[in-house]
Amino acid sequence: MKHIKTLTKGTLKETAKKGGCGECQTSCQSACKTSCTVANQKCERA
Amino acid sequence: MVHSFSMNGTQIVMDSNSGAVSVIDEMTYDLLQTLGEKAPEGALPQDVADKLSGYKKEDLEEVWQELLSLKEEGILYAEDPYIDIVKNRPNRDSVVKAMCLHIAHDCNLRCKYCFAETGSYEGPRGLMSLEVGKNAIDYLIKASGHRKNLEVDFFGGEPLMNFEVVKGIVRYARSIEKEYGKNFRFTITTNGILLDEDKKKFINEEMGNIVLSIDGRKCVNDAMRVRVDGTGSYDAIVPRFLDMAESRNQDNYYVRGTFTRKNLDFKEDVLHLADLGFKQISVEPVVASADTDYMFREEDLPVLFEQYEALAAEYVKRKREGNGFQFFHFMVDLTGGPCILKRLSGCGAGHEYVAVSPDGDIYPCHQFVGNEDMKLGNVKEQGLKQEISNMFRDSNIYTKPACQNCFAKFYCSGGCPANAVQYGGGINEPLKMSCDLMRKRLECAVYCTAMQMEAEEA
Repeated sequence: MKHIKTLTKGTLKETAKKGGCGECQTSCQSACKTSCTVANQKCERA
Repeated sequence: MVHSFSMNGTQIVMDSNSGAVSVIDEMTYDLLQTLGEKAPEGALPQDVADKLSGYKKEDLEEVWQELLSLKEEGILYAEDPYIDIVKNRPNRDSVVKAMCLHIAHDCNLRCKYCFAETGSYEGPRGLMSLEVGKNAIDYLIKASGHRKNLEVDFFGGEPLMNFEVVKGIVRYARSIEKEYGKNFRFTITTNGILLDEDKKKFINEEMGNIVLSIDGRKCVNDAMRVRVDGTGSYDAIVPRFLDMAESRNQDNYYVRGTFTRKNLDFKEDVLHLADLGFKQISVEPVVASADTDYMFREEDLPVLFEQYEALAAEYVKRKREGNGFQFFHFMVDLTGGPCILKRLSGCGAGHEYVAVSPDGDIYPCHQFVGNEDMKLGNVKEQGLKQEISNMFRDSNIYTKPACQNCFAKFYCSGGCPANAVQYGGGINEPLKMSCDLMRKRLECAVYCTAMQMEAEEA
């Protein structure tokens, strides 16, 4: 495309099918303690 | 929903529901801004073309076709299919998988902004006993059901003031984890005053992460992070923190600072920490009551936004020059990251994640400790007070009106529930200022990551 360069098509819909195992890190245990920062957490299965 | 923004000369469009991110030219950005919340459909409307008369009609038509094509592909203007996941999810029993152990309600610093009231959490100063710590581990093992990975964070007050108990709890958990099919992951948060070789060795052997508290420049740190006698802590902690960071190969740690209304130019503090040699940095806005002199006011937001944008520009520049660092709030995985179920439910406070006071009382998270109305139970007895726990479990981005038209919802998951309860309008009504800051941080994170992805492609 000439005007729009897609860097990622996103995977949110895909993760709805197999996600939810709950083994990943709790966000507040990483560094924040005062601000919910879920999207920078890693998936345990990735 | 679609959100387009311009930062440091780059235009970006994000699609919240798919998670897609695209870099766009100025004409596309202007067209999206003109469209507002309307999705493109059919032919380019004449009124839109008229508003953008500075551009050639055929060029606008070209952009219009690209937007229609991406819409068709589900990359832009994707539907939100996730609400059904929440609606159809059966009521679950609580599974606790993470604990914040308040190992010491005492502290050797008197930080002026401390939400723990300088360590005591509005109660008597005290240390957790090994017996209570072991009870907490037993509780967590039983309450975690089939979850294998269990997290325990040693927090305070200052946990190094009760380090023998920290060691005892770790050894106890390690001695029984295999028997129960569990894998404990320990973290510790410290102000560094009591950090020495023995503690460093134990921490490096046993802790997957360590959070080192420092606010940045000496003048900023020493204005807030003071000892009992009023003197600053900077000179004592910097060498210890640098040594700790190096001993962990500059990974699996964070130096973590708090910025307040007293240092609105917090970008300088982040860069100061980077210049000292730290590679893993988190500097976060203070959480405090509006009546303190260090809590932000609405009129501070433009300055804070400028600071975040300028930090993002410098962050990208340093990465390109090979002298980069990680800034916790600018980290976002655009091609993966957590699954949508985690993004819907957030931090898990009050049902998956709880905090334990020195005497074993359980609270929804570390920010609620000492608030008797929010007490969930005690580690000596299994179970959580369902009325409170369910309030947290049942809150998600679809129960928060402010999230419905927010592009950040699948990234912040509705924000910090403690912040919403304490300073907003209740668990489903986040504090607006926290949302404003979150949205700006997310734009910066997406910008930095997009710049990195483009550089890697080139």
